[in-house]
Amino acid sequence: MSLTPSEVERIAQLARLEIAPAELLTARQQLNGIFSLIEALQAVDTTGVEPMAHAQDVSQRLREDEVTHHDEDGTARARFQTVAPEAENGLYLVPKVIE
Amino acid sequence: MIYSNLKTLSRALKEKQISSVELARLFLDRMARVNPELNAFITVDEEKTYAAAKTADARLADGTAGLLTGIPLAQKDIFCAEGWKTTCGSKMLANFISPYDAAVVTKLEQEAGMVSLGKANMDEFAMGSSNETSFFGAVKNPWDTTCVPGGSSGGSAAAVAAYLAPVATGTDTGGSIRQPAAFCGLSGIKPTYGVVSRYGMIAFASSLDQGGVLAHSAEDCAYVLSAMAGFDARDSTSLQRPQEDYRSRLEEPLRGLKIGLPKEFFGAGANSEVMAAVLAAVEAYKRLGANVVEVALPNSHLSVPAYYVIAPAEASSNLSRFDGVRYGYRAAEYDDLNDMYRKSRAQGFGAEVKRRILIGTYVLSHGYYDAYYLQAQRVRRLIADDFRAAFGQCDVILGPTSPTTAFKLGEKSADPVAMYLSDIYTIAVNLAGLPGLSIPCGFDERGLPIGLQLIGNYFDEARLLSVAHQYQQATDWHSRRPQGF
Repeated sequence: MSLTPSEVERIAQLARLEIAPAELLTARQQLNGIFSLIEALQAVDTTGVEPMAHAQDVSQRLREDEVTHHDEDGTARARFQTVAPEAENGLYLVPKVIE
Repeated sequence: MIYSNLKTLSRALKEKQISSVELARLFLDRMARVNPELNAFITVDEEKTYAAAKTADARLADGTAGLLTGIPLAQKDIFCAEGWKTTCGSKMLANFISPYDAAVVTKLEQEAGMVSLGKANMDEFAMGSSNETSFFGAVKNPWDTTCVPGGSSGGSAAAVAAYLAPVATGTDTGGSIRQPAAFCGLSGIKPTYGVVSRYGMIAFASSLDQGGVLAHSAEDCAYVLSAMAGFDARDSTSLQRPQEDYRSRLEEPLRGLKIGLPKEFFGAGANSEVMAAVLAAVEAYKRLGANVVEVALPNSHLSVPAYYVIAPAEASSNLSRFDGVRYGYRAAEYDDLNDMYRKSRAQGFGAEVKRRILIGTYVLSHGYYDAYYLQAQRVRRLIADDFRAAFGQCDVILGPTSPTTAFKLGEKSADPVAMYLSDIYTIAVNLAGLPGLSIPCGFDERGLPIGLQLIGNYFDEARLLSVAHQYQQATDWHSRRPQGF
């Protein structure tokens, strides 16, 4: 299989990655190289084989729905927001979404 | 002292021949001299290192010290460490100061009392096999500074190989501990999936990622792995098992050990010098009393294709958290929210990371999920079943770690597929979730180290380390030093 330039643009849109027109050709070429590597999987007969999502066949652990962490000195939100690009009054700021 | 093994360092600290602060100073001074040439570290913070060393000295003085208290280590920059810049090799996190500790950091530093010398360089988000995808520049291999150290734990490997740290942490998603260990003449172990907590370890492909150790010997790996492993409720895939001392079987003789040689690993894949060294190691094992049987891993040729569906799929999902909102890079200029996401991610991620996000997004997208993602997961089971069958016939599996020795800087960076194929022998182990290690078994004619891979059955780390240790008792490849270091 081989991706068309518009398919690469569509995937980039889904992945929220801007691709400059100048990068498109190389990106497409390299992706197609990788897809030709992956293509080997299509020839394998996997009828009746259960997909393996995980290395160990264990089920998800559950716990009681209760608070496990307490913000003793009330500084947790401020500490976690110091790494945010833009925060104010405990809120994360983003460009206006609704006019 | 900088060339000592962990057992010697531990004794010297206990017997007060040296303090942890003095030991930290030896390594930090050496780093200041040597690191500019190698670029093995992204962040060094002497103040933090000395503070930790002082705490260790207090524990050594008041009798609360453990085996590893006061011993320095390099932390791969994928592990969040509170107050330390934690970049994962990316511009996306170039200014990220972690507000919390990864489980590995808590266990090794807070509990065992090891002293972090700094954050080791790595391929961006652990995606790479040469350490050339790091936003902070390539790392040089101490055995030949025109060559790559391997990746993604390339900074960890170069740091230990050049004696800038006695031991380093690493992570391994498709070979990222074993391949750099092979390229730099080190011993490196990736444990069974679920043995080391992934809490605070920045996620690449969550069903494959596993933390581990790079050191000068299997014995040193056993010391550190024992302190690193263990159940952690904060990692949903951490396994509930009794705590283990991975040194317990080191002295076990090899007599009667059954070593499986997969015929697929001894075909045309590896270069002749690598193959000759691996075959010589097989002879050494026979002399030590091991028996050799041929086994088959008939689907192993499908491991690279399956991996390059599964790992990018998981990566595209994991890396969607980098949106320029809660942490990480945000573009300076943008039109609206969507444009902010697209520009922040386009500018914050490097080329290899973007490639893998695109592949992952595609194979998970509507209409392709079954054909690619589910098919890859089915092939993954075939690969795991091959190992299950092989371990019915043998105790450990042996082969090369990588088809070549360290390649030149820049040699493969323009060709992603060529780069991916350098992990051809290591990837299947991650897909199956098995433990694997690499130890040095010789040198090629350019003087570059050759790695031998040993693969164990689930939870058989102690035996794997013993099989490696017994070989290292009979050979000296692991104690050779790169010239000038």
